[in-house]
Amino acid sequence: MNGVQQIFEASVYIALGLLCLSFVLTVVRVIRGPTLPDRVLALDMLVAVAIGFIAVIGIKTGYSLYVDIAIALGLVGFLATVAFARFILERGQASANTKDAANNATEGNQ
Amino acid sequence: MESFVTLLVAAMMIIGSAFSVIAALGLIRLPDVYTRMHAASKAGTLGSGVMLIALGIYSGDVGTLTRSLAGLIFFLLTAPISAHLLAKASYAVGYRMSDRTVVDEMSSGQGDN
Repeated sequence: MNGVQQIFEASVYIALGLLCLSFVLTVVRVIRGPTLPDRVLALDMLVAVAIGFIAVIGIKTGYSLYVDIAIALGLVGFLATVAFARFILERGQASANTKDAANNATEGNQ
Repeated sequence: MESFVTLLVAAMMIIGSAFSVIAALGLIRLPDVYTRMHAASKAGTLGSGVMLIALGIYSGDVGTLTRSLAGLIFFLLTAPISAHLLAKASYAVGYRMSDRTVVDEMSSGQGDN
């Protein structure tokens, strides 16, 4: 039983480390772009990684109430992605080159 | 039996986080937004879903397990919808596919989608 408990605790930390790695990689995609849909997609992925974080923290601490937080976060993430998709549609035509589109997007925000 | 459940939950946590890492790697490595959508909305959803199920099993409570299953079904329903909306919006606005894309089946009938 003791060995099983040790494996369990080690796997909690391995899972947290892997989730940290995927979080950092997704943030790199948010920063690098190059277009607005890429960033929106990466934000959607960030929500999924955060749900995984919440689940692992819930297992680690033993509070089953974290499930409700994860469901609420999933709902918010879905609505945010749908709203961003509508925004991309409303914003209109992208430039011919995606590189130019990224530049226009960053200049347009400032 | 108890140690079996603990080992199962440990394996599910590692599998789920490995799927998240694979999705993030796909997000970094793939060439354009349409292919990145593959990685993010399939592997990412599967990863967080497996970890939610692990939380439900580990709690040992039927109510918590049911809620985590409901959350998983909710994610499985909403992830394709949001990815489809995002892909449709970015295609309609004119974001290009990668140079390595073999076929674009929507290019002929662009007006009637």
